[in-house]
Parts: sequence; C-alpha cells; structure tokens
Amino acid sequence: MAEEVRIVLRNADKIDPNNVDDYINAGGYQALEKVRGMDPKAVIEEVKKANVRGRGGAGFNAGLKWSFVPPADVKYVVCNLDEGEPGTYKDRTIVQKDPQTVLEGMAICGHAIGSKQGYIYCRGEYPYVVEQLNQAIDQAKAKGVLGDFDIEVRMGAGAYVCGEETALIESIEGHRGEPRFKPPFPGVEGLWAKPTVVNNVETFANLPEIINKGADWFASIGAPNYPGTKVLTLTGDVVNRVPIEVPTNTTIREVIYEFGGGIRNGRKFKAVQIGGTSGGFIPESLLDTPIDFDSMSSIGATLGTGAVFIMDDTRDIVDIVTRISKFFEHESCGKCNPCREGTFRCYEIMKKINRGAASAKDIDNIVLLARVMQKAALCGLGQAAPGPIMTTLQHFRHEYERKLV
Amino acid sequence: MANYRDIIASYQDKPGGIIEAYHALQEEFNYIPREAIDEVARVFGVSEAQAYGVATFYSYLSVEPRGKYIIRMCESAPCHVAGADEVIKAFENHLGIKVGETTADGKFTLELTQCIGQCQGIPVITINRVPYEGISPDQVPMILEKCK
Ligand SMILES: Cc1cc2nc3c(=O)[nH]c(=O)nc-3n(C[C@H](O)[C@H](O)[C@H](O)COP(=O)(O)O)c2cc1C
Ligand code: SF4
Ligand code: FES
Repeated sequence: MAEEVRIVLRNADKIDPNNVDDYINAGGYQALEKVRGMDPKAVIEEVKKANVRGRGGAGFNAGLKWSFVPPADVKYVVCNLDEGEPGTYKDRTIVQKDPQTVLEGMAICGHAIGSKQGYIYCRGEYPYVVEQLNQAIDQAKAKGVLGDFDIEVRMGAGAYVCGEETALIESIEGHRGEPRFKPPFPGVEGLWAKPTVVNNVETFANLPEIINKGADWFASIGAPNYPGTKVLTLTGDVVNRVPIEVPTNTTIREVIYEFGGGIRNGRKFKAVQIGGTSGGFIPESLLDTPIDFDSMSSIGATLGTGAVFIMDDTRDIVDIVTRISKFFEHESCGKCNPCREGTFRCYEIMKKINRGAASAKDIDNIVLLARVMQKAALCGLGQAAPGPIMTTLQHFRHEYERKLV
Repeated sequence: MANYRDIIASYQDKPGGIIEAYHALQEEFNYIPREAIDEVARVFGVSEAQAYGVATFYSYLSVEPRGKYIIRMCESAPCHVAGADEVIKAFENHLGIKVGETTADGKFTLELTQCIGQCQGIPVITINRVPYEGISPDQVPMILEKCK
C-alpha cells in the first residue's frame, strides 16, 4: 500500500494553524534562523541543489530562478495564491492548515535574493484565507520571527489569467490583469519594474524543510528529475475527494485506486484529467505513469497544479470538453488574437460537435486552430487551452465520431 | 452608509490600490457605482476609461446594481459533471429569473462562476462569498428560505 509523505503538510491537523506558537513549538522558523546565518548565495545553491521545481505548473528549478535576480535597491518576493485552475484546492489547503510555513518560505526567499518586501496574491474567491493570512502575518510580526521582512496580502477579483505571473504583477499594480511580453522576465523586471521572484504557495511551503534537512535529503525523495512530494487534489467520480501529499514517483493508478479509493458508485474508470482544466485527458492504458513532471510530459499530459479530475464510464467526454472550452472562452483576457478568437471558435466548434451538428471537416478545422493557438498565443492560457481537445481526440476519438453527422 | 469618497481616500496611498478600493466599495454597495469609478480615476491619477477598464476586467467586480444575496453556481468541469446545470435550473425556476438577472424585489442575483476551489464538495455554490458544498436541486427551496 502506497503511503503519503508529508513535507508541505507536515503540520496539517497536528498544530493549531492560527497560533504561531504552535508552529514555533513544532520547529517552525528554525530554518529561517539558519539561513540568516548563511551567505545568501549559499542558500540559493542549496535550493538549486534540492532541485525543487515550481509547484505552480511550469516546473522550473526555484533556486535557478532566484539566481537570475540582478542586484537592485528594491526587490520583491511574490507568493502566487491565485489558484484558479478548476479542480485545484491545494494552495487553499496548505494555507488553511499551516499558513506560517508559507510565510517562513517567503522570508527564506527574501533572505536569499535580498528582498525586504513580500506580497501574497490571493484569489478573490478566498476572502476567508486573506483574513487568516493577515492574522498569521500579524502574529509572526508580533513574535518578531520575520525580522525586517514584511508581507502584504493582496486580493484578486475573479480572473483566472491573473495566476500567470506577469498578469498577476499587473493586477498588484492595480491594472487589468493582462500578461506582459517576456522577456524581460519578472526576476529581472517585475513588480514596479523591480526584480521580482514569483513562486507558488507549495513551492514556498517546501523550503523550510529543505533548509532544515538539507538538499540531499529532499533530492532523494520521489522521482530523481522532479524530487520531493506533490500535493494533489482529488475530485470527480472518485470515492475520496481529498487532498493528498505523495512522493512524485507515485503512479496515477495508485493515486486513484489506493489514495482515492477507486471509482464512486462501483462504476468503471473512463478518463482522468490531471493538472487542472488545461491538462491532458489520460486513458486507462496510461495509468501506470508516475505523476512527476517529466513522466507526465512524456505521455502528452501535464502534472500542472496537481488537480486530479476522475471521470467514470457514464461520462460524456465531448460534453465535458465543450464545457472546458467555455471556460477558456470566458477567461481569455483578449490581449492577443490567436487566443481571443481561438478560444471563441474552439467553443463554437465544440458546441456544434456536442449537439450533433458537426462533420469531420469541423474536427480538421479545430485541430488546425489548436496548432495555431499552441504556437502563437502570447501566454500559457492560450497555448494550453487546446490541450483537452487534442488529448481527447487522441485517446477518445470514437466519442467525437459518434456525434458527427 | 459610508461615503464612497471616504472609502476611496483610505486606499489612495497604497501603491496599486485601485482593486483594493473596488473591493471595499463593493463590500459597501454590492457593486461599484459610476460616480465612484470617476472618483477612483481622479484619486489614483488614471483616466476614467482606465478605471472603468479595471472595474470591468474582473468577473468578481460588478458595475451594475445587484441583489442582497448574490448566488453563484460553479460551472467548471468537475461541478458540471456533478450536476451543476440541474442546480442552476432549479434556482432559475424558483426565483423566476435567468442567470445574470436580479429578482424584482432586489433580493437575489443569480450568477455563474468558474471554479471556486472547493472541488472536494462538488457541485458548489456561493452565497455572498460563502461556499456551500454538495448542492442538489431539491435543496434549493430550503436554501432560498434561509436567506431572509
Ligand atoms: C493562465 C495561467 C494561470 C496560472 N495560474 C497559476 C496559479 O493560479 N498559481 C500558480 O502558482 N501559478 C500559476 N501559473 C504559473 C505562473 O505563471 C508561474 O509560473 C508560477 O507562479 C511560478 O511559480 P513556481 O515556479 O513556484 O511554480 C499560471 C500560468 C498561466 C499561464
Ligand atoms: S493567450 Fe489569451 S490570456 Fe494570454 S495574453 Fe493572449 S489573449 Fe490573453
Ligand atoms: S470545479 Fe466547482 S468548485 Fe472547483
């Protein structure tokens, strides 16, 4: 029986998340104390060596990202708590169960890159999390554990694209959340044109234990190319709809049948979509793939945020993908043509297929359109939007063909 | 009721505080009144078009008056398979309005939303930002009854 390994959620349900003393008694803020006695460059090296890759979806080595930050008078640390990817509730879970570990992680990053100001960008759907975080920050400040590192919480207002790091920065600056052209990358020119490190909640939450126990310890857990654990959130037709934290060499099958308890109502498995609504659909034949970033990419899927959306054999794949196309049509920010028009047309064609009015020619068109979007869209939203269409055409094509005229 | 000018003034020193100001305005008025947008533009030194552009970019912010109870149904894929369409139909039938509308007595507004991060409890609604999990159509009359 596969077992959970808890790094990020090590304190979950063991301490009172709203009491900083509980966190400190459980060994909290020792890592920050330790890095304060270290040369910032050595901290970056340690994090780089741990090979903790971004848990927000892109999978970039956090230490390597920090190493690109140039000298500057002001720098910022931004924690991405926008969590808009449907099926995902891990960052909320992490913060609700242990907010101090995220603050400590941010302060560790602050020391490493030489920043005194952190921001947490929390989605507007989580006002209660904003409250909890503000309380946690007040307590940490009152204890003096954060030293001269300050953290402010900003609230989003219901725009999925604001999870994209440059759109997020625009939003903190008080603008429409439209992504910027890259380069320059935020690490060089981000918030108010200052060097800014943006990392995901889960990435920050990994840092205290990496510092406490060392890079080699972390690097030895899970899959060698994407070490550590991943917090996954189970939803859909699975018995246990719960968050779990597992080593990254756990297979999809173990996630669904051992941690998830299998399919609800004694039904059979049809498909699983991992990584959120932009993730690929995965059929039964690929369930023995480990969940780590590279293994998932190798089967044309994604680890993404770690959302695990399970569908039983009664589900209509074309109908679900039509709904997903609506999501992207709604959330496209409209800045670039391939995505603004592309998501609109994808939804239009998917609706036509779904109501049984489309021909094989429409499928050819949507495939062509998908390729254009993947290549030409400005940000990850437009590039990833056709993923569900393409992967279901690959693995569940018969469900489309059944609906063609 | 607080003056919108005072609300806005309390955010003027916050860099990029427009969105925070809009949240506070909406908390007070349930939407962002036109005069307030003009005032935000003046205070934050941006054009009225820009201030309006920010207010209308975010789906959480509304520039139209809405009801006392804003009911939002998640329509993302996990909630969709769990029966979101039936729940929204039940709300429409009981309230006699369509999605996007407000009841004549100004009590209820019905909206769709994308995932609100409570996917352990699909299908999910929020009433004035508070999430409720595992909603079925037959619970709708009771839910509405509780909104006094
Ligand atoms: C459309 C879009 C939405 C995104 N949403 C999120 C999000 O909600 N949370 C997140 O951490 N990263 C999100 N990202 C990824 C961020 O741009 C960025 O890569 C990430 O925050 C970096 O942190 P990490 O390296 O620790 O993962 C999104 C990207 C795109 C293109
Ligand atoms: S790809 Fe879509 S979301 Fe991204 S910038 Fe272009 S229009 Fe906006
Ligand atoms: S999909 Fe509905 S709450 Fe997440």
